[in-house]
Amino acid sequence: MSESDAVAAPGVESIIAGKAPGMRARYLKDAAARWIVWLGGLGVIGALMLIFVYLLSEVMPLFGGAHIDARQSFAMPGPAAQTLYVAAEEQGEIGLRVTDGGELVFFDLYDGSVRDRQALPGGDAGVSGIAELSAERGELAAHLRDGSVTLFRHRYRVSYPGDRRLITPEVEFPMGAEPLAFMDEAGRGLVARSERGALVLAAIDTNGDVQIKRFDRRENFLGEVEVQERERQRFTPAVKADILLLEPLLTWLYVVEREAGRIAMYRLSSGNPELVNVYDVGARVREARYLAGGISIVVAQDDGRVSQWFPARDEGGQYYLARVREFRLPDGSARPTAIGPELRRRTFAVGGSDGSVSLFHATAGRRIGTEQVLDGEIALLAFNPRAQYLMAIGADGQIRGFDVDNEHPEVSFKALWGRVWYESYDEPRLLWQSSAATSDFEPKFSITPLSVGTLKGAFYAMIFAIPLAILGAIFTAYFMSPEMRQIVKPTVEIMAALPSVILGFLAGLWLAPFVETNLPGVFLTLILLPLSVPIFGFAWSKMPRALRYRVPPGWEAAMLVPAIALVVWVCFAIAKPIEAVVFGGNMQAWMDHTLGIGYDQRNALVVGVAMGVAVIPVIFSIAEDAIFTVPKHLTLGSLALGATAWQTLVRVVLPTASPGMFSAVMIGMGRAVGETMIVLMATGNTPITDFSMFSGMRTLAANVAVEMPESEVGSTHFRLLFLAGLVLFVFTFLLNTLAEVVRQRLRARYSNI
Amino acid sequence: MEQTQTPQMIAQQLVAGDTTTVRAYVKSGQPWIWLTAAAISVAFITTVALLGLTAARGLPHFWPADLLQARYEQPGAAPVPMLAEVRSSEEVTAARLLDAGLPVDPQRDLYERLLLKIGNRDIGGVDFRYVVSDWLVDRQTPADAVVLERIEWGNFHGFLDAVVVDGNSVAGSEAWSAYQQAQRRVDALRGDIRRIEKKQIGAINYELERLRLQARRLEIDGKTRESHPEAFAPLDRRRDEQGAKYEALRAELNALNRDIRRDSVRVRTVDGQQRTIALAQLVHGYRPNRMGVLDKTLHFFGKVWEFVSDEPREANTEGGIFPAIFGTVLMVMIMSIVVTPFGILAALYLREYAHQGAMTRAIRIAVNNLAGVPSIVFGMFGLGFFVYFLGGGIDRLFYPEAAPAPVFGTPGILWASLTLALLTLPVVIVATEEGLARIPRATREASLALGATKAETLWRVVLPMASPAMMTGLILAIARAAGEVAPLMLVGVVKLAPTLPIDGNFPFIHFERKFMHLGFHIYDVGFQSPNVEAARPLVYATSFLLVLVVVLLNVSAIMIRNRLRERYKALDH
Repeated sequence: MSESDAVAAPGVESIIAGKAPGMRARYLKDAAARWIVWLGGLGVIGALMLIFVYLLSEVMPLFGGAHIDARQSFAMPGPAAQTLYVAAEEQGEIGLRVTDGGELVFFDLYDGSVRDRQALPGGDAGVSGIAELSAERGELAAHLRDGSVTLFRHRYRVSYPGDRRLITPEVEFPMGAEPLAFMDEAGRGLVARSERGALVLAAIDTNGDVQIKRFDRRENFLGEVEVQERERQRFTPAVKADILLLEPLLTWLYVVEREAGRIAMYRLSSGNPELVNVYDVGARVREARYLAGGISIVVAQDDGRVSQWFPARDEGGQYYLARVREFRLPDGSARPTAIGPELRRRTFAVGGSDGSVSLFHATAGRRIGTEQVLDGEIALLAFNPRAQYLMAIGADGQIRGFDVDNEHPEVSFKALWGRVWYESYDEPRLLWQSSAATSDFEPKFSITPLSVGTLKGAFYAMIFAIPLAILGAIFTAYFMSPEMRQIVKPTVEIMAALPSVILGFLAGLWLAPFVETNLPGVFLTLILLPLSVPIFGFAWSKMPRALRYRVPPGWEAAMLVPAIALVVWVCFAIAKPIEAVVFGGNMQAWMDHTLGIGYDQRNALVVGVAMGVAVIPVIFSIAEDAIFTVPKHLTLGSLALGATAWQTLVRVVLPTASPGMFSAVMIGMGRAVGETMIVLMATGNTPITDFSMFSGMRTLAANVAVEMPESEVGSTHFRLLFLAGLVLFVFTFLLNTLAEVVRQRLRARYSNI
Repeated sequence: MEQTQTPQMIAQQLVAGDTTTVRAYVKSGQPWIWLTAAAISVAFITTVALLGLTAARGLPHFWPADLLQARYEQPGAAPVPMLAEVRSSEEVTAARLLDAGLPVDPQRDLYERLLLKIGNRDIGGVDFRYVVSDWLVDRQTPADAVVLERIEWGNFHGFLDAVVVDGNSVAGSEAWSAYQQAQRRVDALRGDIRRIEKKQIGAINYELERLRLQARRLEIDGKTRESHPEAFAPLDRRRDEQGAKYEALRAELNALNRDIRRDSVRVRTVDGQQRTIALAQLVHGYRPNRMGVLDKTLHFFGKVWEFVSDEPREANTEGGIFPAIFGTVLMVMIMSIVVTPFGILAALYLREYAHQGAMTRAIRIAVNNLAGVPSIVFGMFGLGFFVYFLGGGIDRLFYPEAAPAPVFGTPGILWASLTLALLTLPVVIVATEEGLARIPRATREASLALGATKAETLWRVVLPMASPAMMTGLILAIARAAGEVAPLMLVGVVKLAPTLPIDGNFPFIHFERKFMHLGFHIYDVGFQSPNVEAARPLVYATSFLLVLVVVLLNVSAIMIRNRLRERYKALDH
């Protein structure tokens, strides 16, 4: 509008000022157009910015930490008896308490009112201990005072009478209500596990010996469970037995001695358990529990530390109990008194003698948070299966419940980037294994192998692309005849538009097998081709003038095409006989035996070439522009002073154009880092951490493409994939911005010269 | 080109420069110049070779290759008769063959190895085999060898003994013409069956599903059959109608299916096994060794047509790719409809309306750089924002009756198009802006001076002049979208879509459906297919088609750009 005002002359005021008929409509249209463009334009730009905001919003919860909200505190519901075991149901609404009087008390977790009470069959004589067969399924074993064991299961039925949720607790007896005969007298420290039809019970008798009994359970054709007893074993453990821990897969049995702080590791077999070794904890042991998955045990030590242990193999392949990592309570003077593991993840809560509860994640090696919850010492801790509710019971019998919001405990800087000692591995490793079908296998979220793979792919692509693209750009911009340049430049630029899926497909299904069978030929070409070209040039200068003048200036590249084709053909033709003579006919086997280098068919070399081909036109196009737009008077001046073409190029043109070439490389790098399909198709997609040319890799982008569709929305895995996306976004955006700024500077400089 | 004498002068030196010694040659810098020339030659050769490779590998698939009959005598094994197409040959070192467990002579360095397509997967288990050329003896090309393309199990290679037409066996020299006649009849019947199954029964199923959802909707609104019988009555009536229609079609279909199973052929493999194959199982049959060049050319084009117009068979490893072409085109069209107006609006804003300050410059750089952000990131955004957030919201608001099955809350063609629109927006914005910037200021000022408002100037003068630039931007956007695969894998592409996104059922275009895509087809068939060797030529052919489309689009964009430049060159002076 200001422009139209500026050009308005006084005589046409009536038109401009809108007094003429029809003017009002025109002005309305003009204003409307302005608004539409403003809104549309800003909307589009906003939508593009939204990408960044959205990615960030998906990633942020990863670093949000945990929140704990206390519910009302209440006294222990039900009879005044000792509490042996507590559990909370899936929804965090109903709790279960098992007393030493053999009673199951179901109570409301909000107000502590008793919902249901049931007596355990045979429990009136008293219960000495409760063992978890499977916390997830609610299967428990009660050790009765007479030495026998009752198996039972607590379940919760959800119904919706009148559209309100009603949860009804139930008690079932999967192996019958009749107690199983186990020991002859009362025992303590019962542990029970059932695996593939076998049920194993173990407990400590009054002599301090450990007794083990095995039952085989079989379902008959009527669907009834038949239980067959086996011989009872008894052995004297190497340490004083205070706590028993039995592995769910029934391979290992740990006997823990409290005072001296020792753990004896036993391998279960058909005969008596064999002692593997005794391990010193280093402090008095207060409590020891299995984590979810049944591989790791965590031990609460009186020196304020909690240690994690699991079986690993040493160099000789022998199993030992490895002290993997330890955690400290934030308050140095507090002792850990209770451990409450989550049922599905490797998170556990530790209650302290000062009444605080700290949340830890084992694999991430991290303390998530600490909350002061009770005044006195904490005796018991229990999560509900979904880990949204945590129950803390004080030594004084007070119960306090907490709503826990702890979505992403697995993430810590160390878990993402460092070497982590995962369960069932023998040493700390960098691993990415996101798919965990069951809670028995912990997901392994190390981004390092993916980042290394990304950089490795980009690195090999750049090694291949930069020389070709930059040298090619120099010749095209500086030496090539204009007619030829008009053909060559668009042809190479069209390559930029070649769908990467096609490059990936050719790389994976044509190039990879080709390189595998012609590896010597490939290397021979890489060595001989650059050597042969200057020799060709020299030979050319020895040709008779009549022939040389036939080639129009600036067409050398065209002349080289048949020569290069010939050299490549010769290289591959002589490579096979050379391979037969030098490498015994199989270069890969030779490399493997002699150099110890493994070979994957789809490897970084193939990716480098394919991605290089994708990147060459990008770099070429920008670098060529930069060189071509170097002001002509600079080169002419240099040549006029007697410099040769090469001197002019190296001393004048390239220094002037170097920022442009730098930005070309940056933009090419950005493309190589984010390239998805080529990597997906031309590598084996194994997330490994090495820089070998002959092994594959998995990149951040390919990882997203592979795993995103199967990822559960909102899970840690899902958000980590978004984190990978965000990293790619920010990285390429910064690279491109840098390149763009450099280029604009360059443009300004050219206009000044 | 305003190139002055410079390159020629320099090049003159390069070509004609009389260097006498190696030292002078090296010192002159010429070896480096030759290297730069070699670099561009290599880049050029690579480009051309890539295009050539896809064509050379894809197109021969449609050419009926001769069938070679021979005996394969591997030392230490019983001789095996073979009837096969030779697919490729290569030189292999003896050591590699020894590693593969073949009893070759280790003294000899090299062997020739052939890849044969032997067909008959149902009999031998594999339809491709590597053989050592030396051991393939007694080679001949029998004139009456036949190739029968089957719906299942790939091709059959062998000899035609007889054709059983309506219970009568025709053998001998008439067998071939009888077979061809019977095949034409079967083809016609198959067309009818497909029409009924896909179109008519498909429409009935679609209608039934809609009726179910309508009834469910009524229930969600709190109406039951008891309380509102009048609401349910028309639904029930229509369902019964559809049911009756279905029964009639079912009967017709049964009759057709009986008809199509009537005839069969009796064939013999090269090792003498006899087989009877129902004609309903056959798609096509030919005798390659008898065909002349003309026949083969006709066959070639027939196959090419089948390839682009037919649906895939056998886990996408045979048949055509029509649904993939259709999906790609439709997705690109929806994307264009979205991206063009918004891209132009944004460009107009940035160039014509926004204050040209540091902020606008920053926005411009940011938009430029979005073009360099990896496409997979756009895919993640599409999946998270469009599919889960927007789609999930739409489902809760408008499609409660479909729950728990998602309608828009799952990847589909609309979300894929929108994602690609976002991805290609920078391309359109940048191209349009460039076009707007090229229009001389004088032109605008002339329009304003004549009393036109700014909107009128833009609409009547600037935009028409910038239209070729917008075209260029759109074409480049389409070319990029057509070749993009990674984001689509997250937002709606599938390996086999049962229905096209457009069909004869109301509302005719189904935005929520998943679709097939050429690029994803290449990835899927080339890498996820159970029979990669058989699928490979098809993938090459698909690649060739895709490359052709993308290259043509790009060439046209470049041509438009060049014409545009010519046009404004005149205006500049």
